[in-house]
Amino acid sequence: MRVVVDLSRCQGYAQCAFLAPDAFRMHGEEALMYASNPDDAQRQQVLRAAAACPLQAILVDQLKGRDAPVGTSPS
Amino acid sequence: MSTADTLQGFKRDGRVVIVGASLAGLRAAEALRDEGFTGKLTMIGDELGEPYDRPPLSKQVLTGWVPADGTTLPRRRDIDAEWLLGVPADGLDLANNHVRLADGRTIPFDRMLISTGVRARPWPVEAEAALDGVFVVRTREDAAGLQRAVAAGPSRVLIIGAGFTGSEIASVCRERDIPVTVAELAPSPLVGGLGAMIGEIAADMQRAHGVDLRCGVKVTQLEGDAQGRVRRAHFSDGSAVDADVVVVALGGIRNTEWLRDSGLAVGVWGVACDAGCRAFDLNGLVTDDIFVAGDVARSPNPMYEYRFISLEHWANAVEQAEIAAHNMVSAQADRWPHLSIPTFWSIQFGVNIKSVGVPTYADEVVVTQGSVADHRFVAAYGYHGRVTAAVSFNNAKWLDHYRRLIETAAPFPPPCPTPDQPLDAKPVPVDFPGPTLLAQGATVVVTGHDPGERRVTAMRQHR
Ligand SMILES: Cc1cc2nc3c(=O)[nH]c(=O)nc-3n(C[C@H](O)[C@H](O)[C@H](O)COP(=O)(O)OP(=O)(O)OC[C@H]3O[C@@H](n4cnc5c(N)ncnc54)[C@H](O)[C@@H]3O)c2cc1C
Ligand code: SF4
Repeated sequence: MRVVVDLSRCQGYAQCAFLAPDAFRMHGEEALMYASNPDDAQRQQVLRAAAACPLQAILVDQLKGRDAPVGTSPS
Repeated sequence: MSTADTLQGFKRDGRVVIVGASLAGLRAAEALRDEGFTGKLTMIGDELGEPYDRPPLSKQVLTGWVPADGTTLPRRRDIDAEWLLGVPADGLDLANNHVRLADGRTIPFDRMLISTGVRARPWPVEAEAALDGVFVVRTREDAAGLQRAVAAGPSRVLIIGAGFTGSEIASVCRERDIPVTVAELAPSPLVGGLGAMIGEIAADMQRAHGVDLRCGVKVTQLEGDAQGRVRRAHFSDGSAVDADVVVVALGGIRNTEWLRDSGLAVGVWGVACDAGCRAFDLNGLVTDDIFVAGDVARSPNPMYEYRFISLEHWANAVEQAEIAAHNMVSAQADRWPHLSIPTFWSIQFGVNIKSVGVPTYADEVVVTQGSVADHRFVAAYGYHGRVTAAVSFNNAKWLDHYRRLIETAAPFPPPCPTPDQPLDAKPVPVDFPGPTLLAQGATVVVTGHDPGERRVTAMRQHR
């Protein structure tokens, strides 16, 4: 799955790191690091973390049928 | 046909081309569909694969936690686009409204978005830049290579340039206990973005973490061995250091060369546009069908005396993309200006550094709350007696307070909002290095009123 955190919004409250410790980790007192593409097995935890973030800073993939770009350019 | 009919027709089956398929390009495409654009959407990008996120490349990716190809951006929705990847655009024909690709194809449009961002400034001596072990960090391929080199346990990493990216890389290397030398032409790290006072704090932080920090020196030569591997660097003060990994972190070059003959107001600071993201032509007249967003955009901000500002900030790319998309499908009266206050973050040496506003747009700076010694404080920046920016070290939750001060043009210096007022809260001159130095570490550049001014402040090479 795919995740991005808007770190300019995040205020380091660490709810995410508590709820999904394999995907979100605190670095020092308030800096957040996270796995951008965590394993699908973590989906439930990550969704819970995203819902709990008080700043709504966590964005999770909303795509069902992905319109993935082609690997090479068609000519 | 009325203008409203034309707009409805465009929204229904017009053609939009987005050049630069990364953060700004993707978010603009999503916003266009959200706004009800159902016409043909084409994404042109010279990088292969899906759009990915760059900030982790100098952080989680370099630590080895997240693989370099594991920062693909989440999608907010389906965009139903045609993706033309792996070939750069190399021209824009405004007379015929089409984009020219490097392989000769031409892609017609009714409206288009320029979101070609920035690339890493390479080491200026080509033969030295080509040595094994010399890296820049902008793409996931760059990051994958550097991550491997760092994981192999080099004897020393030399980082040239102590802006945000260089400092973050130094931090990760020290976490892994790798000896690090940082060379910076300015008097201290981060000084181009945040000024001398914060620069000195950043210098202390680096040294406390064991970085061999050398400021006020230029790297004059990178020396390779017989196998073409870098092994030593020479400095302008006559000294040298042995290093088997060299990271060139000298900032970015805006990807505007492909627009050179387009007739748009293009230069080293980017593509000039109005607050609604519409590009200016060479004469300074606003165009109606060409929009700009992200790192490549240079736009006037009413909160900063309408000065043109270029930002290399993640949040700015997202916001501008949304404004550009909205304005592409809106009539003049319904258009939005991009008015938000810039925000930025950086993670280094265990400290969360964040800013609001434009710190380079200041003449004074003062620590308003917290403790510099504990690396937990906020500093406010002022220009002609009003608050224009603030920077926090491990104190992010206070930045909204300072954002409001900036938005209301509150007087500088502002009062301390907490009981932890620092003892010597006296404003000092902000002290930025000159424009040539500024160009190297800065992620914000205030570039004057006139699109033509860019020539006056043309960036110079590192040496
Ligand atoms: C290592 C690193 C760390 C960062 N850390 C932070 C951080 O901590 N905080 C923060 O706020 N920001 C950070 N940033 C900045 C942030 O990543 C950028 O602001 C953001 O990527 C801008 O997005 P963009 O879409 O405007 O440009 P880009 O991401 O640069 O994308 C432009 C795209 O256009 C493509 N392109 C260029 N020319 C052409 C052409 N002629 N034809 C077709 N395609 C073309 C490029 O290849 C690229 O894919 C960091 C950047 C890097 C590299
Ligand atoms: S829960 Fe939200 S605000 Fe808190 S650390 Fe996580 S992302 Fe940041």
